[in-house]
Amino acid sequence: MALQITAALLDEIHAHGESAYPEEGAGLLLGRAHGAHRQVQATIILSNAREDAARRNRYLITPQDMLAAEQHAARLGLDVIGVFHSHPDHPNQPSDFDRDWALPWFSYLITSVAQGRAAGSRSWRLSDDRQVFTEEPLDTSHP
Amino acid sequence: MPTLRIPTPLRPYAAGANEIEVHGSSVAQALDELTAAFPALQPHLFTEDGELRAFVNLFLNDEDIRHLQGVDTLINADDRLMIIPSIAGGLA
Repeated sequence: MALQITAALLDEIHAHGESAYPEEGAGLLLGRAHGAHRQVQATIILSNAREDAARRNRYLITPQDMLAAEQHAARLGLDVIGVFHSHPDHPNQPSDFDRDWALPWFSYLITSVAQGRAAGSRSWRLSDDRQVFTEEPLDTSHP
Repeated sequence: MPTLRIPTPLRPYAAGANEIEVHGSSVAQALDELTAAFPALQPHLFTEDGELRAFVNLFLNDEDIRHLQGVDTLINADDRLMIIPSIAGGLA
Protein backbone atom coordinates (compact mmCIF):
# COMPACT_ATOMS: atom_id res chain seq x y z
CA MET A 1 0.00 0.00 0.00
CA ALA A 2 1.41 3.37 -1.01
CA LEU A 3 0.29 6.76 -2.18
CA GLN A 4 2.25 7.89 -5.20
CA ILE A 5 2.39 11.65 -5.64
CA THR A 6 4.80 13.85 -7.52
CA ALA A 7 7.02 16.23 -5.61
CA ALA A 8 5.40 19.08 -7.58
CA LEU A 9 1.87 18.19 -6.41
CA LEU A 10 3.10 17.71 -2.86
CA ASP A 11 4.73 21.15 -3.04
CA GLU A 12 1.37 22.63 -4.12
CA ILE A 13 -0.33 21.01 -1.13
CA HIS A 14 2.36 22.34 1.20
CA ALA A 15 2.02 25.82 -0.30
CA HIS A 16 -1.73 25.71 0.29
CA GLY A 17 -1.22 24.69 3.91
CA GLU A 18 1.17 27.60 4.35
CA SER A 19 -1.17 30.11 2.71
CA ALA A 20 -4.09 28.95 4.88
CA TYR A 21 -2.02 29.20 8.10
CA PRO A 22 -2.99 29.74 10.91
CA GLU A 23 -6.23 28.23 9.66
CA GLU A 24 -6.59 24.73 8.26
CA GLY A 25 -6.42 24.32 4.50
CA ALA A 26 -7.99 21.40 2.70
CA GLY A 27 -8.73 19.89 -0.67
CA LEU A 28 -9.19 16.67 -2.57
CA LEU A 29 -6.81 14.23 -4.19
CA LEU A 30 -7.77 13.04 -7.68
CA GLY A 31 -6.20 10.06 -9.31
CA ARG A 32 -6.41 6.37 -9.92
CA ALA A 33 -6.38 3.38 -7.61
CA HIS A 34 -4.78 0.11 -8.60
CA GLY A 35 -5.46 -2.32 -5.81
CA ALA A 36 -3.74 -1.02 -2.71
CA HIS A 37 -1.64 1.46 -4.69
CA ARG A 38 -2.88 4.92 -5.55
CA GLN A 39 -1.49 7.53 -7.85
CA VAL A 40 -2.42 11.18 -7.32
CA GLN A 41 -2.70 12.98 -10.64
CA ALA A 42 -4.39 16.23 -9.72
CA THR A 43 -5.63 18.14 -6.71
CA ILE A 44 -8.58 20.40 -6.06
CA ILE A 45 -8.12 23.09 -3.45
CA LEU A 46 -11.41 23.87 -1.75
CA SER A 47 -12.44 26.66 0.53
CA ASN A 48 -12.85 25.76 4.17
CA ALA A 49 -16.58 25.99 4.84
CA ARG A 50 -16.20 26.09 8.61
CA GLU A 51 -17.39 29.21 10.33
CA ASP A 52 -14.57 31.69 10.92
CA ALA A 53 -13.90 30.84 14.55
CA ALA A 54 -13.46 27.14 13.84
CA ARG A 55 -11.11 27.28 10.89
CA ARG A 56 -8.00 27.11 13.07
CA ASN A 57 -8.79 23.56 14.11
CA ARG A 58 -11.43 22.24 11.71
CA TYR A 59 -12.13 21.98 8.04
CA LEU A 60 -15.30 21.15 6.17
CA ILE A 61 -15.87 20.34 2.51
CA THR A 62 -19.57 20.60 1.72
CA PRO A 63 -21.51 17.90 -0.14
CA GLN A 64 -22.10 20.40 -2.95
CA ASP A 65 -18.34 20.88 -3.38
CA MET A 66 -17.85 17.14 -3.10
CA LEU A 67 -20.38 16.40 -5.82
CA ALA A 68 -18.85 19.03 -8.12
CA ALA A 69 -15.40 17.57 -7.46
CA GLU A 70 -16.56 14.05 -8.29
CA GLN A 71 -18.06 15.30 -11.54
CA HIS A 72 -14.85 17.19 -12.36
CA ALA A 73 -12.79 14.07 -11.63
CA ALA A 74 -15.02 11.98 -13.87
CA ARG A 75 -14.50 14.42 -16.75
CA LEU A 76 -10.75 13.91 -16.31
CA GLY A 77 -11.18 10.14 -16.24
CA LEU A 78 -10.13 10.12 -12.58
CA ASP A 79 -11.68 9.43 -9.19
CA VAL A 80 -11.59 11.33 -5.95
CA ILE A 81 -9.19 9.08 -4.04
CA GLY A 82 -8.56 11.10 -0.93
CA VAL A 83 -8.44 14.29 1.05
CA PHE A 84 -5.61 16.56 2.12
CA HIS A 85 -5.66 18.99 5.01
CA SER A 86 -3.22 20.83 7.23
CA HIS A 87 -2.66 20.75 10.98
CA PRO A 88 -1.36 24.21 11.98
CA ASP A 89 1.32 23.87 14.66
CA HIS A 90 0.41 20.24 15.29
CA PRO A 91 1.78 16.87 14.12
CA ASN A 92 0.67 15.34 10.84
CA GLN A 93 -1.20 12.55 12.59
CA PRO A 94 -4.99 12.06 12.53
CA SER A 95 -6.94 13.35 15.50
CA ASP A 96 -9.91 11.57 17.09
CA PHE A 97 -12.09 14.09 15.28
CA ASP A 98 -10.44 13.11 11.99
CA ARG A 99 -11.30 9.47 12.71
CA ASP A 100 -14.92 10.16 13.64
CA TRP A 101 -15.46 11.92 10.34
CA ALA A 102 -13.30 9.76 8.13
CA LEU A 103 -14.55 7.77 5.20
CA PRO A 104 -13.09 4.35 4.56
CA TRP A 105 -10.87 3.71 1.56
CA PHE A 106 -9.89 7.37 1.12
CA SER A 107 -6.29 8.45 1.58
CA TYR A 108 -6.01 11.21 4.19
CA LEU A 109 -2.89 13.28 3.56
CA ILE A 110 -2.09 15.50 6.54
CA THR A 111 0.49 18.29 6.42
CA SER A 112 1.96 19.72 9.58
CA VAL A 113 2.44 23.48 9.23
CA ALA A 114 4.73 24.82 11.95
CA GLN A 115 4.90 28.57 12.40
CA GLY A 116 3.62 29.04 8.88
CA ARG A 117 6.05 26.64 7.19
CA ALA A 118 5.08 23.18 5.91
CA ALA A 119 6.99 20.66 7.99
CA GLY A 120 6.09 17.44 6.18
CA SER A 121 3.14 15.28 5.18
CA ARG A 122 2.02 11.77 6.01
CA SER A 123 -0.87 9.79 4.56
CA TRP A 124 -3.33 7.60 6.43
CA ARG A 125 -6.21 5.24 5.76
CA LEU A 126 -9.06 4.30 8.07
CA SER A 127 -9.41 0.64 8.98
CA ASP A 128 -12.55 -1.18 7.89
CA ASP A 129 -13.75 -1.37 11.50
CA ARG A 130 -13.26 2.43 11.81
CA GLN A 131 -11.05 1.99 14.87
CA VAL A 132 -7.60 3.05 13.66
CA PHE A 133 -5.78 4.89 10.96
CA THR A 134 -2.93 3.05 9.28
CA GLU A 135 -0.14 5.02 7.69
CA GLU A 136 0.41 4.47 3.98
CA PRO A 137 3.88 5.37 2.69
CA LEU A 138 4.21 8.36 0.41
CA ASP A 139 6.07 7.64 -2.80
CA THR A 140 7.43 10.81 -4.39
CA SER A 141 10.07 9.08 -6.46
CA HIS A 142 8.18 9.32 -9.75
CA PRO A 143 8.23 12.52 -11.80
CA MET B 1 -37.25 2.05 -10.64
CA PRO B 2 -35.47 4.56 -8.37
CA THR B 3 -31.69 4.47 -8.34
CA LEU B 4 -29.31 4.99 -5.45
CA ARG B 5 -25.84 6.33 -6.17
CA ILE B 6 -22.93 5.13 -4.05
CA PRO B 7 -19.91 7.47 -3.64
CA THR B 8 -16.42 6.35 -4.64
CA PRO B 9 -15.01 5.56 -1.16
CA LEU B 10 -17.96 3.30 -0.31
CA ARG B 11 -17.95 1.32 -3.55
CA PRO B 12 -15.36 -1.21 -2.36
CA TYR B 13 -17.91 -2.18 0.32
CA ALA B 14 -20.65 -2.58 -2.31
CA ALA B 15 -18.92 -4.99 -4.68
CA GLY B 16 -17.72 -2.02 -6.72
CA ALA B 17 -21.23 -0.85 -7.63
CA ASN B 18 -21.60 2.86 -8.28
CA GLU B 19 -25.37 2.75 -8.49
CA ILE B 20 -28.09 0.25 -7.62
CA GLU B 21 -31.78 0.09 -8.35
CA VAL B 22 -34.00 0.06 -5.28
CA HIS B 23 -37.55 -1.13 -4.80
CA GLY B 24 -38.54 0.71 -1.65
CA SER B 25 -40.89 3.65 -1.60
CA SER B 26 -38.98 5.77 0.92
CA VAL B 27 -35.41 6.84 1.55
CA ALA B 28 -35.30 4.68 4.69
CA GLN B 29 -36.42 1.61 2.75
CA ALA B 30 -33.85 2.29 0.04
CA LEU B 31 -31.10 2.47 2.67
CA ASP B 32 -32.35 -0.75 4.26
CA GLU B 33 -32.13 -2.45 0.87
CA LEU B 34 -28.63 -1.12 0.35
CA THR B 35 -27.28 -2.35 3.67
CA ALA B 36 -29.11 -5.68 3.35
CA ALA B 37 -27.42 -6.22 0.00
CA PHE B 38 -24.04 -4.94 1.23
CA PRO B 39 -23.77 -5.35 5.04
CA ALA B 40 -20.18 -4.04 5.02
CA LEU B 41 -21.62 -0.59 4.31
CA GLN B 42 -23.60 -0.50 7.54
CA PRO B 43 -20.86 0.76 9.91
CA HIS B 44 -19.81 3.46 7.48
CA LEU B 45 -23.34 4.81 6.95
CA PHE B 46 -24.79 4.40 10.44
CA THR B 47 -23.56 4.87 14.01
CA GLU B 48 -23.86 2.09 16.58
CA ASP B 49 -27.13 3.76 17.59
CA GLY B 50 -28.55 3.41 14.12
CA GLU B 51 -28.31 7.09 13.26
CA LEU B 52 -26.95 8.22 9.92
CA ARG B 53 -23.33 9.30 10.36
CA ALA B 54 -22.79 13.04 10.33
CA PHE B 55 -20.87 12.99 7.06
CA VAL B 56 -23.59 11.09 5.19
CA ASN B 57 -25.77 13.38 3.11
CA LEU B 58 -28.63 12.11 0.99
CA PHE B 59 -29.84 14.06 -1.98
CA LEU B 60 -33.06 13.19 -3.76
CA ASN B 61 -32.43 14.43 -7.26
CA ASP B 62 -30.89 17.82 -6.33
CA GLU B 63 -32.42 18.33 -2.93
CA ASP B 64 -31.00 17.49 0.48
CA ILE B 65 -33.51 15.17 2.20
CA ARG B 66 -33.03 17.22 5.40
CA HIS B 67 -35.06 19.87 3.59
CA LEU B 68 -37.72 17.31 2.70
CA GLN B 69 -38.97 14.71 5.16
CA GLY B 70 -35.62 13.19 6.03
CA VAL B 71 -35.43 9.41 5.68
CA ASP B 72 -39.23 9.32 5.55
CA THR B 73 -39.14 11.16 2.21
CA LEU B 74 -41.02 9.17 -0.42
CA ILE B 75 -39.29 8.21 -3.64
CA ASN B 76 -40.75 7.58 -7.07
CA ALA B 77 -39.78 5.35 -9.95
CA ASP B 78 -37.82 7.99 -11.84
CA ASP B 79 -36.07 9.47 -8.80
CA ARG B 80 -32.34 9.43 -8.26
CA LEU B 81 -31.14 9.19 -4.70
CA MET B 82 -27.48 10.04 -4.08
CA ILE B 83 -25.25 9.48 -1.08
CA ILE B 84 -22.80 12.37 -1.03
CA PRO B 85 -20.29 12.64 1.78
CA SER B 86 -19.27 15.89 3.33
CA ILE B 87 -15.63 15.82 4.30
CA ALA B 88 -14.50 17.14 7.64
CA GLY B 89 -11.71 16.77 10.11
CA GLY B 90 -9.04 18.69 11.87
CA LEU B 91 -7.45 19.06 15.25
CA ALA B 92 -9.39 17.91 18.28
